[in-house]
Amino acid sequence: MNHIESIAVPTMNIREKTLLRVDNVWKVRGSNVVLKGVDLTVREGEALCLLGPSGAGKSTLLRCMNAIEMADRGVVYVDDVPIGCREKNGHFYRLNERELSHQRAGIGMVFQNFNLFPHMSVLQNIINAPMRVRGLRKADAVEQAHALLASVGLADKANHYPRHLSGGQQQRVAIARALAMDPQIMLFDEPTSALDPHLTHEVLDVIRSLRERGMTMVIVTHEIPFARDLGGAVAVMADGFIIEEGPASTVLTKPVHERTRAFLAHAL
Amino acid sequence: MVASSTLLDMEFGDRARAAPRMLSPGNGGRWIAIGLIGLAVAWVVYQILVNPGFQWPVVADFMLDPTVLEGVGMTIKLTILVMMIGMVIGVPIAVMNVSQSRLLKLCGGAFIWFFRGVPPLVQLVFWYNLASLFPDLMLGIPFGGPKFFSVSSTDAISSFGAAMLGLGLVEAAYMAEIVRGGLVAVDPGQVEASKALGHGPFQTLRMVILPQAMKVIIPPTGNQFIGALKFTSLASVVALGELMHSVELVYSNNFQIVPLLIVAALWYVIMVSILTVGQHFLERHYSRGFRQKTMGAGA
Repeated sequence: MNHIESIAVPTMNIREKTLLRVDNVWKVRGSNVVLKGVDLTVREGEALCLLGPSGAGKSTLLRCMNAIEMADRGVVYVDDVPIGCREKNGHFYRLNERELSHQRAGIGMVFQNFNLFPHMSVLQNIINAPMRVRGLRKADAVEQAHALLASVGLADKANHYPRHLSGGQQQRVAIARALAMDPQIMLFDEPTSALDPHLTHEVLDVIRSLRERGMTMVIVTHEIPFARDLGGAVAVMADGFIIEEGPASTVLTKPVHERTRAFLAHAL
Repeated sequence: MVASSTLLDMEFGDRARAAPRMLSPGNGGRWIAIGLIGLAVAWVVYQILVNPGFQWPVVADFMLDPTVLEGVGMTIKLTILVMMIGMVIGVPIAVMNVSQSRLLKLCGGAFIWFFRGVPPLVQLVFWYNLASLFPDLMLGIPFGGPKFFSVSSTDAISSFGAAMLGLGLVEAAYMAEIVRGGLVAVDPGQVEASKALGHGPFQTLRMVILPQAMKVIIPPTGNQFIGALKFTSLASVVALGELMHSVELVYSNNFQIVPLLIVAALWYVIMVSILTVGQHFLERHYSRGFRQKTMGAGA
């Protein structure tokens, strides 16, 4: 028993490494302050669910993490690299789109509406970016794509076009497409919100299996039972703030903050 | 209709038989319309066959006349060049117009405002007479700086050059608007997905936005192509030997005006028909993934 634990220790140390750090991020949209100085850290191999009522700023925060939207103030770091900007003499300067694209390649993102490319087959959707961005050879990219499709249970759909797949299948393809870039971290923006209720489990099962394989993830979701089952960390947002965070088991069963309690009571 | 009603009677019997049937109403008006249209068609055919003014033998003689064929060739060449200029300039102008930069938007907007606003006939004659504004075209530093290269305008801008520029720039302005319509029709989520995968801005445009915009761009572009083909006849005013100018040359010699205009009309119709077929196949190609029954090769 002692022996096993001593082997487990180095693994635990690696997992203490902070992979994502959100440092005092502010975002203004019109006259509305969407993010009000958000701080957040996600360690390597950790899965964090972002919960909270609509309009709390969850999706905006997630979109700042790969600079699909730029924070107005504050910096997001992935693996200690500032995202969307460059530090020079204590100042931060924006990167241009070209430089940004290199950073985004290592951050996988899955959207509420899947956003598969409708003019490409499932296979083309998956191999395009690895070939064009990573410079993978076609044979290798195809092999990888088939493996990924098999892992999300869609081995037979490679040559279909997205519109012939169900929502759950499309979202699983979208996950495979993001994974094909071998990302350091995966961002999920309400991955099941556009799905029929009886299809959500298809997608949630895939996310669960990613967690088991140690993928670092941030998941914006309304599925509170899923957040609990996933057993990772949870951060609850309201009105542009993170009002409560911690292990799912604690936050979801014994919430400290009044608004968390209200939100959970309402959502369940 | 008959087949389905017997099927119902056979399988479901009395209950189906009792349900009222939908009959088509009598349509007397249709027969009157068919009669009137038939009469009009008959009159036109009669005129075509009997009226000596049509001079069908002359038409037949000149259909394959070398001057006319040269004109056809020039019309095709000019149409293709005009459309190429239209797309090569129009696509960047459209991209400028949907960009975030106000400066680029302003430049693109000004281009479209000017070249769409001035009639092509005016522009043709203008480019043809550019020499009176700038006797020499040169490359160098403006406002009295050194000149690296200089050519006289009358040499540089031939009839063909004037036609190409005049019609090409007008075409570019229209194409820019068509392409812009296609670009804004693409779901913004597609751009986000492409960015999130690490595609650069140019890759996003080429691999994600344009292929999807094509579905919207192709049908009006086919229309523009057909329009450009006919607009090349305007170039006859700057004495360019395209189809219209060729038949003008012929009928100013032999005074067979109507038969030669028929020759021109027939050639235009033939070329437009070919373009229409081409457009059909292009549209089919670019609706990949959007059509109801499309399945991948292995499906």
